[in-house]
Amino acid sequence: MTLISMKDSDGREEALRRMLLIREFDSTAGDLFADGDIPGFVHLYIGEEAVAVGACAALDEEDFITSTHRGHGHCIAKGLDPRRMMAELLGKRDGYCNGKGGSMHIADVDANMLGANGIVGAGPPLAAGAALTCQYHDEDRVALAFLGDGAVAQGQIHEAINLAATWDLPAVFLVENNHFGEGTPVEEQHNVENLSETAESYNIPGFTVDGMDVTAVNEAVEEARKRAIAGDGPTFIEAETYRYRGHFEGDPQPYRTEEDVERWQQRDPIDAFTEQLIDRGELAESELDDLRAEVEAEIEEAVEFAREADEPTPEEAYDDMFGEPVPEIERFANALRTDGRGGDPQ
Amino acid sequence: MSTQPDTPSADSTESMTVREAIRAALREEMDRDEDVFVMGEDVGNYGGVFEVTDGLYEEYGDERVRDTPISEAGFVGAGVGAAASGTRPVVEVMFSDFLGVAGEQIMNQMAKMRYMFGGKAEMPITVRTTEGGGMGAASQHSGTPHTWFAHFPGLKAVTPGTPKAAKGLLKSAIRSNDPVFFFENKLMYEQDGEVPTDPSYTAPIGEAAVEREGSDVTVVATQRLVGESLSVADDLAGEVDVEVVDLRSLYPLDTETLADSIRKTGRMVIADESPVSYGVHAEVVSRMVEDEFFSLDAPLQRVGVPDTHVPFSTPLEDEVVPDGDDVRSAIHQVV
Ligand SMILES: Cc1ncc(C[n+]2csc(CCOP(=O)(O)OP(=O)(O)O)c2C)c(N)n1
Ligand SMILES: [Mg+2]
Repeated sequence: MTLISMKDSDGREEALRRMLLIREFDSTAGDLFADGDIPGFVHLYIGEEAVAVGACAALDEEDFITSTHRGHGHCIAKGLDPRRMMAELLGKRDGYCNGKGGSMHIADVDANMLGANGIVGAGPPLAAGAALTCQYHDEDRVALAFLGDGAVAQGQIHEAINLAATWDLPAVFLVENNHFGEGTPVEEQHNVENLSETAESYNIPGFTVDGMDVTAVNEAVEEARKRAIAGDGPTFIEAETYRYRGHFEGDPQPYRTEEDVERWQQRDPIDAFTEQLIDRGELAESELDDLRAEVEAEIEEAVEFAREADEPTPEEAYDDMFGEPVPEIERFANALRTDGRGGDPQ
Repeated sequence: MSTQPDTPSADSTESMTVREAIRAALREEMDRDEDVFVMGEDVGNYGGVFEVTDGLYEEYGDERVRDTPISEAGFVGAGVGAAASGTRPVVEVMFSDFLGVAGEQIMNQMAKMRYMFGGKAEMPITVRTTEGGGMGAASQHSGTPHTWFAHFPGLKAVTPGTPKAAKGLLKSAIRSNDPVFFFENKLMYEQDGEVPTDPSYTAPIGEAAVEREGSDVTVVATQRLVGESLSVADDLAGEVDVEVVDLRSLYPLDTETLADSIRKTGRMVIADESPVSYGVHAEVVSRMVEDEFFSLDAPLQRVGVPDTHVPFSTPLEDEVVPDGDDVRSAIHQVV
């Protein structure tokens, strides 16, 4: 069973809802960052929602994904709970990683979401490995790696694709070509016209699709998934999209103009899909308003949940290094306990 | 930690080489758990460049003894992804000098995933790799970089010094849900010794083994230098009573067994083939100084590679790769 069936109108409405949810989550995260409530780096997904939602809709709950530093959209599309995501961004114990990961490392292994990743290009080898598990266990599951256009210049992604292609692993490599790696345009980082040409070297199918069109992304991933579970190996998909915000929050963006952004906003993936649904008579304006209100309320609640959640205590810094704890770390943890700086372990 | 014996006590044994002991551990663990599989360059049909996996491909097939392309970043990374998603890979990296090629997946994925995810990822991966000079393989195939991995948070690192330790530690490594680096010294593959045959025998990670009791000086040795130190101890018998401890586990490190020993002898030589500065030696020294300062009767001594790479030509290589003579001189410095 795919996560969302985009063949029926309920599924299409759900896809729209998730795109709205991502946008609301990320614009709220941007505000919280500006207010100083979120430490560290935050990379927002606004503008690229059709890629995550179109792709994850075509996956099964049991399928794996690996994500990137720009991972909030992938999480929401895969069905993670915005409350625990927001709690993680705020460094709270109730966050997905108990506050140890933050924006760049949100993960939910139980939901087969193998983590956002702070290292550009590190996800594809992990996805190849998860696909190897699927093949090894002879299960109808796949692993999909999201990666940026910048990541296509990383050696390890090519090793991963070659491995997956050679072993016919049930993997999908989905490049989010948002036309920049940090501040450097894609043309200055690659010598090919379309990044999907990469596929040719590995003798696997490669497509470039419109990443502002949720249906196009969905169909491409659906095909790729079919191929993968049929034992025919991986597919390489490039989705052309655009990020509206800076590379990270606070990016002065000297590499582009406001007009550049506005040009892409004309083709906004949420507006375009909404219009389609309205034109088809599947969605009334009033229903759209309800949907928006519902999404806003959900994110508001997520923020409230995150704000009220407990901070971790200093002792927790010593947890989770190993499955089988080591005396070295116990010793450091004991030192903290005996000098009384620790909070109440709960 | 050190009070627990290896499990179960090694009643029935068989003489085998380190190579055979490692192979036996792989075989037993593959029999015990279907999720255990081996992958690496030429580990399959070829049997491994040091013939460690010889015969396993025929027995277990190409899915469980899997040849990889020459892509250390790719297949170590795939091992990490496989471990996080429900299998138990044993990844062979032909020479430890190549670990840097997979550095990113080791440092930022394998070592950090469990912690970054708040404890919600398991990482049951074992990395087997070879170390050490002495075969004229020159600098890029003779290094002993195990300190890096013992130092890096989130990894465990073991260095067996006997065939028995090789079998017991590899089995523990494979069963562990933590990433464990298993460092095989290349010159030890032919070394033989008694090895427990009971498939439930394991050597716990984090426990040193006293290989020879003595009262005058403790030699804490690793890998090949365990055997060399035992020979030196035999030679010196009657003159100096040498205790030899196989450190076995670099991280976690068995401070207790070392402390017990130094309380008895008051003197210690640390012999490990890694470069001397900033290494395993220094860690042992620190712990002894922190915990057993008032038990020390003489300056502690380090034996290792003198901070050079391992050169090709035999006279040059002999100069820098430590051996029993270096251990003997160090002992004479302190007794
Ligand atoms: C190995 C590595 N090099 C550099 C960085 C710094 N960095 C973080 S994101 C980024 C740009 C990535 O571009 P792309 O893959 O296109 O993803 P996008 O940010 O556009 O989504 C860079 C250079 C990093 N995190 N990891
Ligand atoms: Mg980009």
